[in-house]
Order: sequence, then structure tokens, then C-alpha cells
Amino acid sequence: MSQKQNRTLQSLRVLTGIVLITWLVLPLVPLAIWSFAKGWYFPDILPKRWTLNAWDYTFSDTAGVLDSLWITIWISLAATGLSVLIGVPAGRALGMYKFKGKELVELMILAPVIVPGIAVVLGIHSIFIFLGLNNTVTGVVLVHLIPTLPYMTLVMSGIFANYDPAYEDQARSLGASPLKTFWYITLPAIMPGIIVGGLFAFLVSWSQYILTLLIGGGRIITLPLLLFNFATSGRNDITGAIGMIYILPGIIILLLTAKHLSGRSGAVGGFGQI
Amino acid sequence: MSDRQKIVLLLLPAMLVIVVLFFGGLIIGLMRSFNYMPIIGLTEPNFKAYISIFSDIEFYHSFLLTFHIAFTSTLISCVLAIGAALLLRRSFVGKTIVNFLFQLNLTIPHLVGAIGMLYLFSQSGSFARLAAEFHLISRPSDFPALIFDPYAIGIIMQYVWKEVPFIGVIVLANMQSIGEDYESVARSLGASKWQSFWHVLMPMIFPGVLSASIIVFAFTFGAYEIPALLGANYPAALPVLAYQKYTNVDLAARPEAMAMAVIIAILCAILIWIYVRYCRKRIRGQA
Repeated sequence: MSQKQNRTLQSLRVLTGIVLITWLVLPLVPLAIWSFAKGWYFPDILPKRWTLNAWDYTFSDTAGVLDSLWITIWISLAATGLSVLIGVPAGRALGMYKFKGKELVELMILAPVIVPGIAVVLGIHSIFIFLGLNNTVTGVVLVHLIPTLPYMTLVMSGIFANYDPAYEDQARSLGASPLKTFWYITLPAIMPGIIVGGLFAFLVSWSQYILTLLIGGGRIITLPLLLFNFATSGRNDITGAIGMIYILPGIIILLLTAKHLSGRSGAVGGFGQI
Repeated sequence: MSDRQKIVLLLLPAMLVIVVLFFGGLIIGLMRSFNYMPIIGLTEPNFKAYISIFSDIEFYHSFLLTFHIAFTSTLISCVLAIGAALLLRRSFVGKTIVNFLFQLNLTIPHLVGAIGMLYLFSQSGSFARLAAEFHLISRPSDFPALIFDPYAIGIIMQYVWKEVPFIGVIVLANMQSIGEDYESVARSLGASKWQSFWHVLMPMIFPGVLSASIIVFAFTFGAYEIPALLGANYPAALPVLAYQKYTNVDLAARPEAMAMAVIIAILCAILIWIYVRYCRKRIRGQA
């Protein structure tokens, strides 16, 4: 290939790169600007006046944004905690053992990754009426397990597939109790998986909309529900501020775990859910 | 304790959640779609809900729209994602930034992207304002309707924005583990650039592309909040229509909502079958 052709190709790459970067950032720009804008009307390209009003309102006690933030954090933490408690043992079974019916079990656990929430949540709503779980935080946490648990289990199954149980046997033969063996041998070995899987399970729960809307029944207003309400009521400045708060955990988690986000890790599949 | 007992105990809590909540939800939905729910005195199943939705033109419009949204979004995302991955596997200025933004994008919920699209492409949005600045339009209504429009352009743009990085990251990892040796061999044997891409690289990355596409198609077919925010009133996307029916004051519409949920579930069952048939083995190797 000639030098000139090579240079053309390289500049084409750079140009495509610039278009890609712009396109990726673009939708976030008006959101950020709106949160500082005062009456930003057509046809102004940029707001004529800037203000912190939207942020003041967002952080005020009367707005309910903070209440919503705490309840969202609480629900996501609870769903993540339960997913870890349930997903780690299941991941161990799937990662370390071969058994009859394993394919079917894997498929059953995988199914919620593909089947969207709307297909199951209407039925769940009917059951939860009888169990008194509708309109409760418990009900919302339980229903969030549907998207978070498969994901946690798949990540842990990958971790346990590369885990050597011989260390556990050695600890046991040296007289350690099962609990001690788990605490000092197993847990440190699988901790990276728990942390990465847990952080992403948190994000999956954090982004749920329709499950919370239906099971929460308008009583449990998580951040995405509040964001949607403000977006449809035309309060663009407050929508912008809430939107900025809403994407913050994702950015923090990204900075903590960037290296795990390559497509090589089984963890990435879960991002189809966010 | 035998291995068998161990496995059962380890799996029990997870299976309990999946079977009771997920499959329970599916089965109750299926029963109610047939007007069958003994616990509230409905003991004679019938096909009323299905007859009702299948004889309503709104359902067909809604289904076609939803299919169009899912199919078009998935197709465009795949093509652009493969292109982006081809770009990202070579080094160039700004590669680190694109890589970072790809990952950043993965963590941003769809709803935020949808609101961003609303502010960019609505008739009084950023692009309409730019058009006015350059005297291309004089009023907001002169700007083409890209949001709340019958072709769901805004919705599709949002999905493409979110899914290109998702598919891209998966395809890129695929390409990196395959390496470029096979293509080099093809090239040295006289294949053109296109031939070595289409006949050598493409078949190798196909399983990864297909499995990512299935996840994307199912998600875009079943998502509620994005079409609820950016979609036209009529026809509404199927999940939006199902939600409207379910929350209708007329409780008789509930079985119809359930029937729509069942139809979405059946479509996903077909997708899962394709997934198992064509991509399972490859995926497992990478888990």
C-alpha cells in the first residue's frame, strides 16, 4: 500500500473517531446545560441566563428528590445483597460441578436476561396482590431480583469455573471448620468476582423502570420514575439536574472497574439490561 | 454430604427465586390471559382476550411498530458496532477516549439517553435551534418530527446510541481474541480487503454478534420507558399498550394486557431457542 493511501486511511480513522466521540457525548450535553439554565427558549442555542435554581430545588427537602435518591439506593443495595447471597452458591454449583439437567438449570437462569420485564411483571403483580407485596419496598426489591440474580449467578459461575477447591480441602484437613474455611480461603479467592458482579448488579437494579412502576404502584418512587415524571411535565431544568445525579453511580463504578468492562468478561452481558 | 445433595442445596435459593417469581409470573400471566384464575372465581378458561386483541387493528399496528423498532435498531446497531470495533482494534489518536466513552455509555440508563434525544431532536430541541440559527427553519414546527413520530426515529436513534457500544465492546473482544493472522493469510493469498473481512473475519465473529443482537432485539422489543417517553400516541409500542390496558379503569382489559405479555414472552422464547441453537457453545467458552 502506498504511503498516501495509508495516510488517507489514517485520517479517515481519526475523522470517524471524532464523529463517534461527538455522537456518544451529544445526548448528555443538553441535559447538563438545562440543569444550569433559566428559561432557555427557542431559538437560543445557549441559555441567556444561568442559574443554580434547579440544583437548589433538587437538594431542597420539599422536592422529594433526596427521599427518592435514598429509597433508590436502599432498593438497589438490598437487591444486590440478596443477589450475592443467592447467586454465589448457585454460581458455585454451575461453575464447579457437572450434573444431570445442568443445561436446563443454566437455561432457566439465563431466560430472565432475554425475556423483558413487561412479559412477567403483570403476572407477578396479580400474585403480589394476594401476598400484600404490591406498593411495598420489599415487593420492589424481590422483583428486582429477576434481572439482577441471573447476572450475578453467571458472573460467579465464571469465577468458580477457574477456582481450585483443593485449598479448601487442605484447610479442612488441617482442622479448620467449614465456616473458617469459607471465611479465610473461599471468600478472599472469589472476592473480585463478588465485587464486580455486585457493582454491576447494583447498576442493573438502579436502571429498572417498569418493574418498579408496576409493583411500586406509584407509592415507591425511585429516581428513574421521578426523572420520567419531570421529563414529561416539561420541567427540563430539574430533569437535567436529576439526570446528572442519576448517572453518577454508573460513572463512579466505571472508574472503579474499567478494566473489567472489556467484552472478554462475562460481566458485560448484563449491560444489555441497563 | 454427597455432591448431589450439595448441588441441590447450592442451587435451591436461586431456583426458588427464578421459578416462583419469573416462571410464576409467566404462568399466572398465561392463566389470566385465558380468563382463568380459580382463586378469584374464574374457573372457565376462554379465548376472549385473544379474540379481542386479534380483532383489533390497533394491536397489529402496535406489533408492527414494535417489530420495526426492534429490528431496525438491532440491524443499524450491529452494522455500526462492527465498524466501530474494526476502528478500535487499530491504534489511532483518540482511541482511549472512544474506548472510555463506550464504557461510560454502557453504564448510562436508557431513560437518560431518551431524555437526551428528546432535548436534541424535538421540534424545539438543540438541532431545531441550530437549523433556525442558519435560517433553515423559521418556526419549531418547520423542523421535521423526529420525536413522537410515526416511524419511531427518535426511539431508534436512542437505541442505536446505547446499543452500538454494547455490541461494539463484545465484538471488539471477539476480534482481539481471534487476532489478525487469519486475515493476513487471506490477504497474502490474494483476497481483497472486503473479501478477507466478509469471508474470514465475519464468520468468526458471527456467534458473538448474534448473541448480542438477540439480547438487544429482546430488550428493544420489550422496553417500556423509552417508547413511553419518545413514542407517538398511536400506535403505541406493544409494552406501552399492554401497560395501558393493564392499568385501565376497566378491569376487563386486564386479560388483554396479559395476552400481549404472553405474545412478547413467546417471541422471546423463539429468540432463546435461536440463542441456544447457534451461540450457546461459544458463549460458554467465554463466560
